[in-house]
Amino acid sequence: MEELSLATREVAGHTVVEVRGEVDVYTASRLRERLLGVIDGGASQVVVDLRRVDFLDSTGLGVLVGALKRLRMSGGDLALVCDNEKLLKIFQITALDRVFALHDTVEAATSPPAG
Amino acid sequence: MPTVRLAFSSVPRYVRTARLVAVAVARRAGVSEDMLDEVRLATGEACGAAVARHRRHGITDLVQVEMSDDGPYVVRVIDACGASYSSSSAGQDEEAEDADRMHEALLAALVKDLEVRKGEHGTEVRMVWPVRRRLSGM
Repeated sequence: MEELSLATREVAGHTVVEVRGEVDVYTASRLRERLLGVIDGGASQVVVDLRRVDFLDSTGLGVLVGALKRLRMSGGDLALVCDNEKLLKIFQITALDRVFALHDTVEAATSPPAG
Repeated sequence: MPTVRLAFSSVPRYVRTARLVAVAVARRAGVSEDMLDEVRLATGEACGAAVARHRRHGITDLVQVEMSDDGPYVVRVIDACGASYSSSSAGQDEEAEDADRMHEALLAALVKDLEVRKGEHGTEVRMVWPVRRRLSGM
């Protein structure tokens, strides 16, 4: 089984990075490179789809926070799509559920805010 | 005392192997299924941090993992980063400092019985999980 696979697509003005597999101390560098690549390529609204991720450690969390900080410095933002209870628990433990916008679906993450 | 020992060089790709072994032994030891994810994540965190400490300080020793199921399930992760090495993440890049904070929060929340001992010759992270049942044939 491949440890990590990444796919990027555009949805409603957002750059969606779909992540599959395990994000850990070994694979997190590939996610970092991909996110820096899309940010340096001009993306300002980035969505990371974690629904196919079955393992995420603190190294992976560090990469997501780093990308969020980088985007916010330039007026952009990063949202997450996650419907996995195991991963949601990790975001709650680290209080990152209060830092990231977490959505159940890509559609919800790429929709304009209500009101 | 039934014990499984694993030693691996300080290379990030072996952390996944350590996680898989820790969960396999936990399952055989009788750790309940709903705790296996905690074993997997906590072992990965402890091993990942040990690898990071070795690499930060240029230590070439192996990281050791010892899994004992004589009583409760005990996982010990031992590195060679002793008291003479700084454990601070200060001076690293911001992402590494953020990851270190989240690492500590995760370990503390995931493992009720957690002990971190920094000795002269290395750091030991000892994690304990209760065993509810034993599989036959053990």
